[in-house]
Amino acid sequence: MTVKTFKGYARENGDFGIRNHLLIIPTVICSNQVVNRIAQLVPDSVAIPHQHGCSQIGADKDRTFDVLAGTGMNPNVGAVLIVSLGCEVVDPQQLAETIRATGKPVEFFDIQNVGGSVKAIQHGAEIARRLRAELDRTKMVDVPYSALRVGVKCGGSDATSGLASNPALGVAADTVIGEGGSIVIGETTEIIGAEHILAERCQDENVSAKLYEIVHRFEREVEKVGADMRGGNPSPGNIAGGLSTIEEKSLGCISKCGTAPIRAVIEYAEQIPNGGLYFMDSPGNDIECVSGMAAGGAHIVCFTTGRGTPTGAAVSPVIKITANQRMYDRMSDNMDVNVSGLLTGELDLAEAGALIGNEIFEVAAGKLTKAEILGHQEFSINRIGPSL
Amino acid sequence: MGKAWESGADAIVMDDRDHVATALRELSPGLTITFKHAGETVQLEVMEAIAFGHKIAVAAIEVGVHVRKYGEVIGRATAVIPKGCHVHVHNIEGIRGRGDQAAAPAAAKGE
Repeated sequence: MTVKTFKGYARENGDFGIRNHLLIIPTVICSNQVVNRIAQLVPDSVAIPHQHGCSQIGADKDRTFDVLAGTGMNPNVGAVLIVSLGCEVVDPQQLAETIRATGKPVEFFDIQNVGGSVKAIQHGAEIARRLRAELDRTKMVDVPYSALRVGVKCGGSDATSGLASNPALGVAADTVIGEGGSIVIGETTEIIGAEHILAERCQDENVSAKLYEIVHRFEREVEKVGADMRGGNPSPGNIAGGLSTIEEKSLGCISKCGTAPIRAVIEYAEQIPNGGLYFMDSPGNDIECVSGMAAGGAHIVCFTTGRGTPTGAAVSPVIKITANQRMYDRMSDNMDVNVSGLLTGELDLAEAGALIGNEIFEVAAGKLTKAEILGHQEFSINRIGPSL
Repeated sequence: MGKAWESGADAIVMDDRDHVATALRELSPGLTITFKHAGETVQLEVMEAIAFGHKIAVAAIEVGVHVRKYGEVIGRATAVIPKGCHVHVHNIEGIRGRGDQAAAPAAAKGE
């Protein structure tokens, strides 16, 4: 960690990317197939098919828009093609303008106007090939380590997550913040029972009040369903792994964000400020949470797991970390960092944290994560309203 | 929550106030295990099978007691749990997120 810069991509708005993706966004589920076909025809493009974009209103509609716009604005994306159907609630022109404010090229068209799937696929592939060719001429520049925004997440947790991999990730999180970078932690559901510890670390009373408020709101929503949240969270896999209650899971979760003060509670998919620790109000659901962080501008997401999960993300590399040796042996093609030596005394916390910190740096400098190599590009938008 | 792990330990107690240790390997009934608790090396007889990552009671736990791990409350005992027994969903329950209980308690601040 002596080198404080790495090669990356300068964006016109002053931000830096660690990847140079061409992103193809469907504004609505009805555009998914056209988008997938275009992505097949243009290697090195990323498509984010999803189930939303129509029959939505209010904050729910806005949330879908914010996630699509934020994913396009993520600095790991160099250019964007938007494919609209032509009658959905997500306005493609507004989406294009929002993303274009970052200075990157954005083009859009609608399937109804172009004249059906076949013509839309051809039209889209032509645009996408041109955008890709322009992107491939981008010169790489020196990027300061302090420009990094890193998400921390845990999923498929077992007892090893709280005992070892999360505390180790916390050490790496402190290192990133110490270098001037930012860390974002989410999963409002998974701080239930541990919020008083994080609240004490909030920068001021307004931030801690907001933290309590979002946890209580989530808990009331769970209560409205009229069921014990156990079984849903902790999940059957968490329980098999030794976690008995949401409180136990939460107390094991929070160490992954390190020890810095929490500067602010930000909304799902809200842009993550540079420098320091932030809490994003998001569900614990792995893909929805990671997609919200990527939409907030996270360059990388560090993801601890004990049970094992293959998940990646569309535009942000996901570094998979485990302290469960047996799972690592079974699923090593999905795991990037093994810190199970913590539980056998072979590694101390500082060494385990340094392993993760080095991996963050290498991935920022271009090393592909296992999820990237395997083509994992999971993407999901959190839904908060009814389908009309 | 950074603890020093001892090489070859059978189990780990995360905080001096804890009622439970987490098994670092499969523990069989009848086995006597050794681990650190409150700065001292203690021994405990395992009363029932405890899987890797699962919890074992390091002291007898009465019904209704708020059970601690990491020095914090992880739930409430729903049965008497003798020392050396498995602590899990069959004998502790969550206090939070209980939509199944009519008057769910408000979030506890620093219980």
